Amino acid sequence: MNVHDKYKPLNFWERTYLPGIFAGLWLTSMRFFRNMAAHTLHAVGIKTKRLGAVTFQYPEVLRPIFPRLRTMHRLTRREDGSPRCVACMMCETVCPARCIYIIADEKPDQPQIEKVPKSFDIDLGLCIFCGYCVEACPEDAIRMDTGILEISNLTRNGMMLDMQTMLKLEPDSRRYVKYNEKGEIVSAEYIEAKGS
Amino acid sequence: MEDIGFALGKLAFLLIFALGFGGILTWVERKQSAVMQDRIGANRASIFGLRIIGLFQPLADAIKMFTKESFRPANADKVIFTLAPTISVFFALVGFAVIPFGDVLYIGGKAVNLQLAPLSVGILYLFAVAGMAVYGVVLGAWASRNNFALLGGLRASAQMLSYEVALGVSIMGALMIYQTLDLQEIVRWQGAHYWGFILQPVGFLLFLTVGIAETKRVPFDPPEGESEIIGYFLEYSGMGFGMYFLTDFIETVMISAITVTLFFGGWQVPCLTAAGFVFPWGEWALPNWAVALLQVTSFTVKVMFFLWLQMTIRWTLPRFRYDQVLRLGWKVLLPISLANILITGLVILLIQ
Repeated sequence: MNVHDKYKPLNFWERTYLPGIFAGLWLTSMRFFRNMAAHTLHAVGIKTKRLGAVTFQYPEVLRPIFPRLRTMHRLTRREDGSPRCVACMMCETVCPARCIYIIADEKPDQPQIEKVPKSFDIDLGLCIFCGYCVEACPEDAIRMDTGILEISNLTRNGMMLDMQTMLKLEPDSRRYVKYNEKGEIVSAEYIEAKGS
Repeated sequence: MEDIGFALGKLAFLLIFALGFGGILTWVERKQSAVMQDRIGANRASIFGLRIIGLFQPLADAIKMFTKESFRPANADKVIFTLAPTISVFFALVGFAVIPFGDVLYIGGKAVNLQLAPLSVGILYLFAVAGMAVYGVVLGAWASRNNFALLGGLRASAQMLSYEVALGVSIMGALMIYQTLDLQEIVRWQGAHYWGFILQPVGFLLFLTVGIAETKRVPFDPPEGESEIIGYFLEYSGMGFGMYFLTDFIETVMISAITVTLFFGGWQVPCLTAAGFVFPWGEWALPNWAVALLQVTSFTVKVMFFLWLQMTIRWTLPRFRYDQVLRLGWKVLLPISLANILITGLVILLIQ
């Protein structure tokens, strides 16, 4: 097919570009007035289905995150609070970024556990958040569901995540999207956040 | 003595009008573009936690501009480099002197003409001032000793000089109908007959297009050309840049004010005469001060509408290439303006 067939030649009226200009101005100004109406109604406290903006006011309003998103790591605990990790080195071996450093220790008083981690460090400056460590773990000892995305520090050493910190972390359900039986998003926070 | 007081009062009004609108347009530009694009826009500037939808943003901008280092390149011409932004702002501001913003107001038995400089050649004065506006840009660009700035200055001079011609010719038709150059008389004529855009729709569209080109804002911004040459203000920082920035917005207000004065009846309110409203179904007498207040409000509201329109155009249309700008000016706008004069003249002859 000749590429020029796609374009039919412009007639005189179209060649003045005036119809195009007015169509564009109509589109943008209608959008302006529709969004202004939504903003005005929200300002006086009337909720509308259509929102004036898609912006999340980030530090105040957190954007909802989905359950499968990989966020900062945490270590799960046994009932007595000790780490579930048995220092099998699976995660350290599979890690493509080589950012996990485990030092194993013996636990002679508990015969069913051969090894426990003496220290378990993750260098978040190196981590690529691939989630292989979670997949590889046979004990479900490491998870990436804390919902923490704001990972930053002024020094490289500050990016090191140690075992005591990771054991204290919990999944943050406040930030997760909730679903109903049909699989639709029902979290009220999500809608509220978008409306503000 | 009283006359000086009245003149100073009018001067203060015009300065607040121009600079206030110019300053607030920096906020309007951000907010309006945001609303048009489903965003929220600047809303973080606050004083003691008080935000009022970001209205302190111009203040924050001003503080930033004043406290930034004002850098001058080593080889730049010191005097002209420093002076050029001031020239630019000056010629953008002095045009407001002949814009009438109301009819006659009586204060203590004295008639005050609500126009700072009642020149009988107001339009010519406006053209002279608009023609001088290019000097601030070209001098600033030339004095920076920077090739890209110079390129921006050359583009600015070519664009603004070619549109100057179309600017003058595009309102000739309207002036032929009004038969006066005095802006106050033009507004009164429109009140007595019809508003200009009814009699001169083509002239109005041409003037608005050329006016937007004169402000050097986006559909016509090769002098700035932020994506290619940074533009004539390349070497300016701090308040030098701030003044060029403000000039664009003051010129936007200027073009709105001239468009309103020439084609939308200036301070005229429909059905309002010097004695009050005269509706087809009856009359409603108003005191002189109320009439003057309504007229000033009417002028302000009309100017605000055209500011909104110019912002919408700026955030809707893509920019022209340099050659397209000049082709549009010389090959399209100028011939249509000349044809407009010819047809207007023929119609006037036929009616007489």
